[in-house]
Amino acid sequence: MFGTEIERLIQLLSRLPGLGPRSGRRAALALLKRKETLLLPLLEQLGRVAESIRSCRICGNLDSAETCAICRDPARENHSLCVVEDVADLWAIERSGAFKGRYHVLGGTLSALDGVGPDELSIGQLVARVKAGGVEEVILALNATVDGQTTAHYLSERLQGLGIGVSRLAHGVPIGGELDYLDDGTLATALKARRPAAG
Amino acid sequence: MSQGVLSPSGPAASGARACPRLARLTLHEFRNYPALTLDLPQEAPIVVLTGANGAGKTNLLEAISLLSPGRGLRQARLPELLRTGGEGPWRVAARLVSDAGERELGTGLQAESERRQVRIDRRNAQPAELAAVVAVLWLTPQMDRLFLESAGGRRRFLDRLAFLLDPEHARRVAGYERVLRERGRLLADAPASPADSAWLAALESQAAELGVAIAAGRLTAVEQLNTALAQAAEPDFPAALLAVEGTVEGWLASMPALAAEARLAEALALARPKDAATGGSLVGPHRSDLVVSDRRRAVPAARCSTGEQKALLLAIVLAEARLVAGLRGLPPLLLLDEVSAHLDQGRRAALCQRLLAHGGQVWLTGTEPALFDALKGRACALAIANGRARLEEWAV
Ligand SMILES: Nc1ncnc2c1ncn2[C@@H]1O[C@H](COP(=O)(O)OP(=O)(O)OP(=O)(O)O)[C@@H](O)[C@H]1O
Ligand SMILES: [Mg+2]
Ligand SMILES: [Zn+2]
Repeated sequence: MFGTEIERLIQLLSRLPGLGPRSGRRAALALLKRKETLLLPLLEQLGRVAESIRSCRICGNLDSAETCAICRDPARENHSLCVVEDVADLWAIERSGAFKGRYHVLGGTLSALDGVGPDELSIGQLVARVKAGGVEEVILALNATVDGQTTAHYLSERLQGLGIGVSRLAHGVPIGGELDYLDDGTLATALKARRPAAG
Repeated sequence: MSQGVLSPSGPAASGARACPRLARLTLHEFRNYPALTLDLPQEAPIVVLTGANGAGKTNLLEAISLLSPGRGLRQARLPELLRTGGEGPWRVAARLVSDAGERELGTGLQAESERRQVRIDRRNAQPAELAAVVAVLWLTPQMDRLFLESAGGRRRFLDRLAFLLDPEHARRVAGYERVLRERGRLLADAPASPADSAWLAALESQAAELGVAIAAGRLTAVEQLNTALAQAAEPDFPAALLAVEGTVEGWLASMPALAAEARLAEALALARPKDAATGGSLVGPHRSDLVVSDRRRAVPAARCSTGEQKALLLAIVLAEARLVAGLRGLPPLLLLDEVSAHLDQGRRAALCQRLLAHGGQVWLTGTEPALFDALKGRACALAIANGRARLEEWAV
């Protein structure tokens, strides 16, 4: 039905989250029909993004500068540091507008079964940031999954004795609920109602 | 294409109870059914499936059991459910009616996916969300040996009872099992370095939190069931008495939950060298057992006769159904596969009386309609053959 070039485009589009073969076909067709207004601008933007986007050297957020906009922003509070698993969680908390401090993106969660240990995550960098001073509270905004909570336990252990407060999100999050899926109001409430981590 | 369609027999009889019940069930490429649509008469909350061996009675119950979280009453792997030679994916859909209105439930295996898809009212949902909409409780012939075989089966049975009373229980059990697997891998992989010991401690404190919550959930379920069983004591049905035997459950009898958590975390830490050697885990609620006895005669279930054991199981399942109905306002769909086998005529009649009193829908199977004579005129009977269903003469 399709030539191989179009087939390949559909295959690639189908790999995007939320898309399957069916929506991949629809997306491909939309791009091909709107070459000037959609395909070419998208191509150009993808090129720019591929060229410039990198992980922030301080927090792990994605940005086109070496230091991300949040880390550069002088208005944000230095004393409060929010630890998240993934950039998606950072974006979710930013959308809620409930947090004015800085972030630290771990890049995943501890999972022996998946071969992810402390060295695979940016835990060393986190401890170094705290030791460098200025941070008074670390908020562990990890998902309510088993791996998320194991990681939270581990981090509160590693951060103990550094003279800072460590707290966890109070989430009555639905089963396996991940931060990215929470509505902004719920997330804001969970942030406000955070409680000290037991360690 | 739909086969074996039954027409609903008019509007619900006046005064019909408003328990949640399936009004329509649709199977597609499921087990031996290429396509089946059942429209069930509203006035009969009891559905009797009859048919020869291999007709597809149990398969139909299995389809209904997949309207709840988990792998259904056969614990099948999802791809097994696709009809041999059938064009995938398999699907099961149902319309559930109750006081609260109608709900549309659906499940199936997504193409190229390991996880089953769940739809509630035409939107995608997590399997766990099904538990809030419908409770499903079953008894199968495989469970006849429950009291004679290893503790694992009894533990799963108990956990299912606890889950129906508190859906959070399932999440805790799944989480606990995952934490133990993580810990096992870590112990096997690495000779404990300091970093790993903090990691192990993190896993063990998770295991302790979840493990104590699981033990507490089981104790609550057993306590509630014993109360319900004592209230329902009838002469022609045995009275079951339940208890949980387990280290952590034992601790909870003598100390607060937080102390039990600390103790479990400590015990796990101490057991690391042994657990590393055996590849298992010595202590925790995954080693507990459900102990059942005949209350009146004070005889352990394992020493009761085959029919007495069946009656004990039925007593527990019926008590659970009443509890779930009372505490959660959600009378479960009861799936009773071949329950009449092993029961004498007196017990069979008593069972039928109890089923008529149950607030929710009941699905029964048997090879002979004669087994259900006591339900004549009060149940909807379906004859199953060749992947089709036909409404039987002696129906409502
Ligand atoms: N994936 C599958 N595809 C096609 N047929 C299957 C599949 N799985 C099971 N079957 C067949 O479905 C048939 C009906 O099985 P089922 O267990 O429902 O029978 P039953 O009516 O409960 O019989 P019994 O009275 O012996 O318990 C069996 O012949 C079985 O081999
Ligand atoms: Mg069968
Ligand atoms: Zn940054």
